[in-house]
Amino acid sequence: MAYSDKVLDHYENPRNVGRLDDSDANVGTGMVGAPACGDVMRLQIKVDGDGVIEDAKFKTYGCGSAIASSSLLTEWVKGRSLDDATQIRNKDIANELGLPPVKIHCSVLAEDAIKAAIADVRKKQGNTEE
Amino acid sequence: MQLPIYLDYAATTPVDPRVAKAMAECLTIESNFGNPASRSHQFGWKAEEAVEDARRNVADLINCDPREIVWTSGATEADNLAIKGAAHFYHRKGKHIITSKIEHKAVLDSCRQLEREGYEVTYLDPDSNGLISPETVEKTLRPDTILVSLMHVNNEIGVVNDIEAIGEVTRRNKVIFHVDAAQSAGKLDIDLEKMQVDLMALTAHKLYGPKGIGALYVRRKPRVRIEPQIHGGGHERGMRSGTLATHQIVGMGEAYRIAREEMHEEARRTLALREKLLRGLEDIEEVYVNGDLTHRAPGNLNISFNFVEGESLMMALRELALSSGSACTSASLEPSYVLRALGRNDELAHSSLRISIGRFTTGEDIDYAIERIHYAVAKLRELSPLWDMYKDGVDLDQVQWAAH
Repeated sequence: MAYSDKVLDHYENPRNVGRLDDSDANVGTGMVGAPACGDVMRLQIKVDGDGVIEDAKFKTYGCGSAIASSSLLTEWVKGRSLDDATQIRNKDIANELGLPPVKIHCSVLAEDAIKAAIADVRKKQGNTEE
Repeated sequence: MQLPIYLDYAATTPVDPRVAKAMAECLTIESNFGNPASRSHQFGWKAEEAVEDARRNVADLINCDPREIVWTSGATEADNLAIKGAAHFYHRKGKHIITSKIEHKAVLDSCRQLEREGYEVTYLDPDSNGLISPETVEKTLRPDTILVSLMHVNNEIGVVNDIEAIGEVTRRNKVIFHVDAAQSAGKLDIDLEKMQVDLMALTAHKLYGPKGIGALYVRRKPRVRIEPQIHGGGHERGMRSGTLATHQIVGMGEAYRIAREEMHEEARRTLALREKLLRGLEDIEEVYVNGDLTHRAPGNLNISFNFVEGESLMMALRELALSSGSACTSASLEPSYVLRALGRNDELAHSSLRISIGRFTTGEDIDYAIERIHYAVAKLRELSPLWDMYKDGVDLDQVQWAAH
C-alpha cells in the first residue's frame, strides 16, 4: 500500500510522543482500541486554569496511519479549549492525511481518543457534563 | 548490497538465469516454438521432446514415473484438480474429506466448494507448533472418508508435516492422500517410492522457475483416478486439456533439474543463514518464533515481536521485502488464520513477520536485516502504549479494552 507524504512524515517524525502524569487532576487520558484489533491509542491532554489544552502526548500501537492520525491530533489540540477540541472530526483527520477508505477507522479511533481524554479530564475536575 | 533486500522467497522466487535461458529457446521462429500436440511435422515433435524431457526432470526430483506428472497452470490449479477431481470421481464411495485449518487457500476454498456440492469436510486443528499428527488423521477417518488433503510444508510458518507416516495411515485405510508440496519440492527430499502419497501439487515459481506453470502428480500404482476439471482436447491423458505451454514447461523442468543437483547444498546454506538470522534477533525482548523450529523448511522464519504492530513494522523496514501476518496487510483485515489456528493470541498474530531466505540471499543481507529489525522494533516500542503497560507490569489480558 502506498502511503501519503503526510502519513510518512508523521510516521517518521511523530510529534508529541510520550506520557503525562495521569495522577495530575489537569491531565485527561483517552485509551481506545484493542490489541486484538491491531490498534490501541493512548492520548493524553493537560489543561491550564482556563480550560485550554496546553500539552498533549500520545503513544499508539497500530499501523502507520494510526500512528499518523494520533500524532496529527496532538498537534491540532494544543492551544485549543476543551469545547473547541470536541469539534474535531475524524473526517478532518482523514482528509488532512489523505487516508484511503480502508484506513478511515484509524481516524475514527483518533476522534474517539480525544473525546475520551476530554471526558476524563472533565470528570476529574468534577464537571461531568458533556 | 542492493536495496531493497528480497526476503520473501516463500511468496515467489526470481527465475534462475539458467531457467530463463532454456525458456527463451522455446519462443521465436528460429527456436522451439511448435505445438507439442502437432504430430504431423518436426516442429511438434521437437516441442514434444522438450516437454517430455521436462516431465522427466520433474519426476526425477520426486522419484516417480514421468507418466504420473500432469501439467497444470500452477499449484492452485493442481490442488483444485486433485481435490475436486478425486472427490467427484469417488463420490459413490463416500463424501467425507479431511484437511486442516492451516492449508493454503487453494485447498481450503476447493473444500468449501465441495461443501456447497454436498460433501462434508473436517478441518483439523494443528498442534501449537503447527503440525498434524498421523494419529489425529487416523482418529478422524470415517467409513465414508474418501480423501485427506494436507500440505507438506506450510507457506506461512514453514513447518513440515510427516507425510510418510500420514501416508501409511491413509493407504492402510484405503483413503486417497493429496499433498500440497508447493513449498517443499526442491527444498526437502521427496521420494514417492517411499511416501504413500496419491496426489501431489507442485509449482515452478517457488523454485526459481516461472510463474504460471505447475503439475499434479497422479499415482499409477495403485491407480488413482480423478475427474478432469478443464475439458477440451484431451491433453495430459484426458486429465487436463489445453495446449501445453512449452516454454513454461521447459522452465519448470530446468528449475527442477537444477534443484535436484543443488538442493542439498542449498538447504545447508539457507539453513545456516536462517540460524544466523534467528541468533541475531533472539536477544530482543518478547520475541516468539511461530511454528516448530526442528520440523521446518530451511529458509523460513516466522517471528512475532510482541507489542509492535506488523504493518507499522514493515513500514519501518521498507528496505526489506518481507511479509506480515498483520490484519492490516491483508485484504480481509483479519490477522493470519494460520497463526490463530496455532492458538497464538491476536496480538502476536498482528505482530508477526515472515522472513524467507533463498538462493540469492547473502550473509551480508542477513546482517543488514538484523540491524534494521533491531532499530525498527526499538523505535516502535518507544511509541507503543502496550510496551509501556508491559514495562509497568500491567497484565494486558486483564485490561477491559474498548473493542471497535
